[in-house]
Amino acid sequence: MLRAAVVVFPGTNCDRETVRAAELAGAEAHVVWHRERDLRGADVVLLPGGFSYGDYLRSGAIARFSPVMEAVRRHAADGGPVLGICNGFQILCEAHLLPGALMRNARLTYVSRPVRLRVENADTPFTCEYRKGDILVMPVGHGEGRFVADAETVRRLEGEGRVVVRYVTAEGEPEGPASPNGSVNDIAGICNDQGNVVGLMPHPDRAADPAVGPADGAGFFRSMIHWLAGTRAR
Amino acid sequence: MTYRVHVRVMPRATLLDPQGQAVEHALAALGFQEATHVRVGRAIELELNAASPDEAKARAEQMCEKLLANPVTEDYTLEVED
Repeated sequence: MLRAAVVVFPGTNCDRETVRAAELAGAEAHVVWHRERDLRGADVVLLPGGFSYGDYLRSGAIARFSPVMEAVRRHAADGGPVLGICNGFQILCEAHLLPGALMRNARLTYVSRPVRLRVENADTPFTCEYRKGDILVMPVGHGEGRFVADAETVRRLEGEGRVVVRYVTAEGEPEGPASPNGSVNDIAGICNDQGNVVGLMPHPDRAADPAVGPADGAGFFRSMIHWLAGTRAR
Repeated sequence: MTYRVHVRVMPRATLLDPQGQAVEHALAALGFQEATHVRVGRAIELELNAASPDEAKARAEQMCEKLLANPVTEDYTLEVED
């Protein structure tokens, strides 16, 4: 059975739903406190959402130096899958495991609403259950989700297919000025050059249990199981 | 010797600064239409022990590179006070 480590920092608050989402998909999930240095045999690392260290200084800036992050870095370097959701994505950017940064939303407001996403890369450990072009609906809840990177980095992300999900309208077009946060090119999630480290601002963990609402995000957690079993869904 | 260091971290000039824009609009609403190009950053003060002002500055620069500023989105300046 796939073992998923859900890392908890002081201020993390989406660990329960992330554990639940992984379990619903058929994984065994255990919580790893940020002071631990061992991921306890985890096949996959999940960095959940929340407000690690109160978002002091910058979101994710202090969590990056927690002892557990050295183990996460080694896991990623060995090709192990890592998924950062919301604050987890911010931490991965601050830790330079993903390029770019997440800045204050363009309209300054904290945005909490469902968004529409288009799957742009269905070849990662967390999206292989989807098809490129699939439209997913799941919530965002963030004040600092405006993805920025220098022009060369954005060009590379786009050119190398490393934009994993993008905010789109009901018609499937980029959201543009209506996007929740003003991210460059409406980027909602990206991956590293190996494809094993994925981060996104929207919350698949909050859209993974059909008992309480739409479950478009469940595929992120089923994907990791199929990916590791080597039995790719498609 | 203890040195006091003043660090000023600003959003990179090429990036949208929604806080600066909001403050600029608020200033205009208060009658200060002459205020333009408002940007909002962060000031950090700290004290550190070092053998010389140069060493203090070098250490503070390392702090900025590693933690106090994000090299992707922010620029910093620092000043060492004797």
